Amino acid sequence: MKNLLALLTASASVAAAQTAVTPEKVAALEAAVQSAQTAGDNAWMLTSSALVLMMTGPGLALFYGGLVRRKNVLGTMMQSFIMMALMTVLWGIVGYSLAFGEGNAFIGDLRYLFLKGVGAAPNGDYAATIPQQTFMVFQLMFAIITPALITGAFAERMKFSAMLVFMTLWGLLVYFPMAHMVWGKGGLLNAFLGGQFRCFDFAGGTVVHITSGISALVCALYMGPRKGYRTDPMKPHNLVLSFIGACLLWVGWFGFNAGSALGAGALATSAFVATHFAAATAAIGWLIAEQFHVGKPSVLGGISGAVAGLVAVTPGSGFVTPMSGMIIGLLAGFVCYFAVAILKHKLGYDDSLDAFGVHGVGGTLGAILTGVFATNEINNALKDSAGKPVALGLVDGNAGQIVDQAIGAGIAIVLGIVGTIIILKIVDIAIGVRVDANQEQDGLDLSMHGEEAYSQEA
Amino acid sequence: MKKIEAIIQPFKLEDVKEALKAAGVDGMTITEVRGHGRQKGHKEVYRGQEYTVDLLPKVKVELVISASRLEEVLRVVLGAARTGKIGDGKIFVYDVAEAIRIRNDDRGEIAL
Repeated sequence: MKNLLALLTASASVAAAQTAVTPEKVAALEAAVQSAQTAGDNAWMLTSSALVLMMTGPGLALFYGGLVRRKNVLGTMMQSFIMMALMTVLWGIVGYSLAFGEGNAFIGDLRYLFLKGVGAAPNGDYAATIPQQTFMVFQLMFAIITPALITGAFAERMKFSAMLVFMTLWGLLVYFPMAHMVWGKGGLLNAFLGGQFRCFDFAGGTVVHITSGISALVCALYMGPRKGYRTDPMKPHNLVLSFIGACLLWVGWFGFNAGSALGAGALATSAFVATHFAAATAAIGWLIAEQFHVGKPSVLGGISGAVAGLVAVTPGSGFVTPMSGMIIGLLAGFVCYFAVAILKHKLGYDDSLDAFGVHGVGGTLGAILTGVFATNEINNALKDSAGKPVALGLVDGNAGQIVDQAIGAGIAIVLGIVGTIIILKIVDIAIGVRVDANQEQDGLDLSMHGEEAYSQEA
Repeated sequence: MKKIEAIIQPFKLEDVKEALKAAGVDGMTITEVRGHGRQKGHKEVYRGQEYTVDLLPKVKVELVISASRLEEVLRVVLGAARTGKIGDGKIFVYDVAEAIRIRNDDRGEIAL
């Protein structure tokens, strides 16, 4: 027994010697903690990047592809898919630099031209714990899906070549400046990095959904309706595809919104939860509206509602509680239903797949509601000089935030309208934006790509 | 020889096939078709846009038989395809001038 005690005492003193705190050990521990955080954050951000890419292909491609007629399904999917290639090249050459280079209030500079200097080292202004290359590729996925969203407005009638030129110019003139203004260092609307107006847009309600939605409306008005609109049947040719696409969008949106926390911490969780809750109530809201309006709750209605809710919660996802997310979603379900199923038919424009009704209207609603529901309970990154979190939205007692949100939305709307009109004019004069009547009759699959989705012979 | 062309409800196809087989009719050709007679279509609504679908899916069964068996086979088809509701379809009967088996030049009823 005595021997045993001696042995225990001896081993305890050895352990004490081993845990003696030296400066070297502290430094090593700090490095290990930092490296663990970097590894954790980077893992989530790479996963999020992949999730956001999945929203475009297959998500949006299937969602839109199912809604068109069978002769246009490939052409429609291609319009989304090709953004995965086109915007990637543009982003690598100049887009990332124009969006995130520290330029002036409206546009970035050319410091990251050809991704010069964008490597393993973090960019402390944007995301201090992940390689800047991760941040760059995550943001690229947003630059891919945003133009792809617009394609819903001119579905079944735009020339493929014209669309490529249109989207290239749209990235340069509309998306990169808007992304810079809201998220870039020194951007006019960047609440966190020296912006003039304090506009909250956590994951792209303004940058992605308002710009794409309003540009979509301009496209629909400029190009005119499809041949036979409102006389020929233009039913969705395969709602099963749309269903799969919408569910992939819902899942992918966790990368979109929770990934916008730019790390794997609690803020990512809260954005994840608010996003999910908003999608749920929006699906219910749309279905309720539909039940009262036409008497049956449709599958297309349910999935459209979910997407509308995801759109609306996007700007507020990192600022609002789950219950606020539920209110935002429910309102989005009602309002977007009204825009798509009633307002569009009253006004008579052919926004074929409702890019404006869902993304433009839902995005604007979400931007304003972010001013109502944003709270420092969820996001306390903004602090006053005394180090206290400042009041964010109306629920924190800051009614003025709604004005700031409206300014952000207004700038996105003006930029979207002006930019899109100019680009459409240029492209129309240069190569013509619309397919000719015969090509439209044959369908884009055959006339633009020389293929058929559902072959009669095979 | 007579040709029977029966346009029936798609869900009655199996019943009609079974009944014809039991009656000893061996060959038939079927086609998925769309059409309407007095049956009204239905309404579909996609995001507030209403469509009336009046061409409904039907199955067309074609068979050629000896003229002597016409009434018997018609009774078999009628019995199997009828639900008694609007939309049950129609049967048309035609004279057939000739039947030829491609495999071996058989002609007339022997080719059926």
